[in-house]
Amino acid sequence: MKVGFFLREAVRALRRNAAPSFAALATILLTMLVVGVFIPIVQATTGAANDVRKRVLVDVYLVRGATQADVARVRQTLAQMSDVKRVEFVSKQQAYAQQSKQDPAAFALLGSNPLPDTFRVTPKNPDDVLTIAAQLAPTSSGGRATPVDRAIDSVNTKRDDTKKILEVTRFVKLMAATLAALLIAASIFLIANTIRLSLYARRREVEVMKLVGATDWFIRWPFVIEGIVVGAFGTLLAILLLAIGKIAIIDPLASDFTLIAAPSTMPFTALIVVMMAAGIAISAIGSGLSLRRFLRI
Amino acid sequence: MPVKTGTPSPSRRTAAEHAPIAAARSAVPHRATPGGATVIEFRGVEKRYDVGAVGLDQATFSIERGEWVFLVGSTGSGKSTVMRLLIKELEPTAGAIRVAGKDLAEITHKRVPYYRRNIGVVFQDFKLLPNRTVHDNVAYALQVTGGTRKEIRAKVPDILRLTGLSTKLHNYPDQLSGGEQQRVAIARAFVNHPPLLLADEPTGNLDPETSIGIMQLLYRINRAGTTVLIATHDNAMVDKMRRRVIELSHGRIVRDEATGLYVRDESTREFAVRMRDGLPESPPTVEQR
Repeated sequence: MKVGFFLREAVRALRRNAAPSFAALATILLTMLVVGVFIPIVQATTGAANDVRKRVLVDVYLVRGATQADVARVRQTLAQMSDVKRVEFVSKQQAYAQQSKQDPAAFALLGSNPLPDTFRVTPKNPDDVLTIAAQLAPTSSGGRATPVDRAIDSVNTKRDDTKKILEVTRFVKLMAATLAALLIAASIFLIANTIRLSLYARRREVEVMKLVGATDWFIRWPFVIEGIVVGAFGTLLAILLLAIGKIAIIDPLASDFTLIAAPSTMPFTALIVVMMAAGIAISAIGSGLSLRRFLRI
Repeated sequence: MPVKTGTPSPSRRTAAEHAPIAAARSAVPHRATPGGATVIEFRGVEKRYDVGAVGLDQATFSIERGEWVFLVGSTGSGKSTVMRLLIKELEPTAGAIRVAGKDLAEITHKRVPYYRRNIGVVFQDFKLLPNRTVHDNVAYALQVTGGTRKEIRAKVPDILRLTGLSTKLHNYPDQLSGGEQQRVAIARAFVNHPPLLLADEPTGNLDPETSIGIMQLLYRINRAGTTVLIATHDNAMVDKMRRRVIELSHGRIVRDEATGLYVRDESTREFAVRMRDGLPESPPTVEQR
């Protein structure tokens, strides 16, 4: 492969077709800029939603007089359930210590410890919370929940709140995913279309090359290299703008608001790598593929 | 080269008066030269387009090495179909085409570019690369074949001198006249010295005087031994050239004759003078070099 020749051809094409090249560059720059802003936003949103969902727990209150053996048996039952990820035991003493720290005056008035032993059950999937609760305390025909173990006093899921949280977070995640999918699809179509247009303007050139006896790849390589150059350059500009934005706007804010520094967003270097790879790949593959139509002579 | 012992060098007057039909009606479909190889052979070739139109119907003819053949007929008669079949841009519906003994049906899609390098092609609309200079347009034909810089430096200026474009080396196609652009196209077609040159209406966009310059150039190439096949509907030109003519009508060959007054060993200059004869209103030569 004559790399030097193909490189020179690509550079020549870029210089002689400055307007379409610039259009392609601008398209890639803009889409990459939007993608670069949007990826962290989607991630932060999803991360926040997941964070909220993680707080959904099943509280299993034991009866006041639960013995050591009762505790062990209930723990056993809970651990054996398939949907359960983690079981945390909070003894009445621990619960008392925690609660009285929050409101010492109220607990000083009480005198004794009114709190029961509690199991905090974390489900594998937040959506299973209600199933777990139902398994532990199935609703009998009378409409009253009867616990499966006599040591269990009641099972609390804050039913309404849980439902609301699950619904809202599911909606938020779905929205974020849909928007991300739409955005990526739109970017690919936009870039592909721009490349197509610039190739369409040069289809006669391709035809002539074929008539002179050029092989498909002899014609294609300069176009692919052109795509790589435009893709790399456009993405690079987008990354530069993003970096300026990050340094000038996000970083100063991050020290003030913990929300923006959400741990679940991608590190900036990883974002750069992903964007660069996507920008170059879409643009180069797009050029190579779009050319196929014009090579059929 | 076909050897024809006719009138060796007729006076210009008689030449102009001799219409091809009046000339000896050669019944021989192709003038096989002893020991000459067949360059193009069409055997019962048929081309039907998807829409049902007939491009070519049962065409059978052959062209020997070094021949100069005109392909005439009105628009839609199948001239361009023949050309496009020859560069394997189209596939025949039936029949066989052989070029230099090779059956075109056997050339795979991948090998088509390599096949095309053995054929020079000239079109009515020149088909130059708009963003390359004259020099680079011609050089591209060499680069395609993997030609080195040394080769390009050696061959391109030569061929441009031959076509009279030495001073236009660094011009872009849109800075040239039609005749000059066609010269560039011919230079590009001939730079690899292909054994076969196809020209589809090479003078279709040019004025008579410029056309003569182009024909003169093609004649020079033909004299060097290249087989030349020209599709045209410029009857005046065909009549004057007195070469073999294949006439097509609605895809059928209705005439294939070698017009009698075939002139051999005519210098390019004599050729031009004869061609210009009977063109009284011809302007002072511009293209002529």
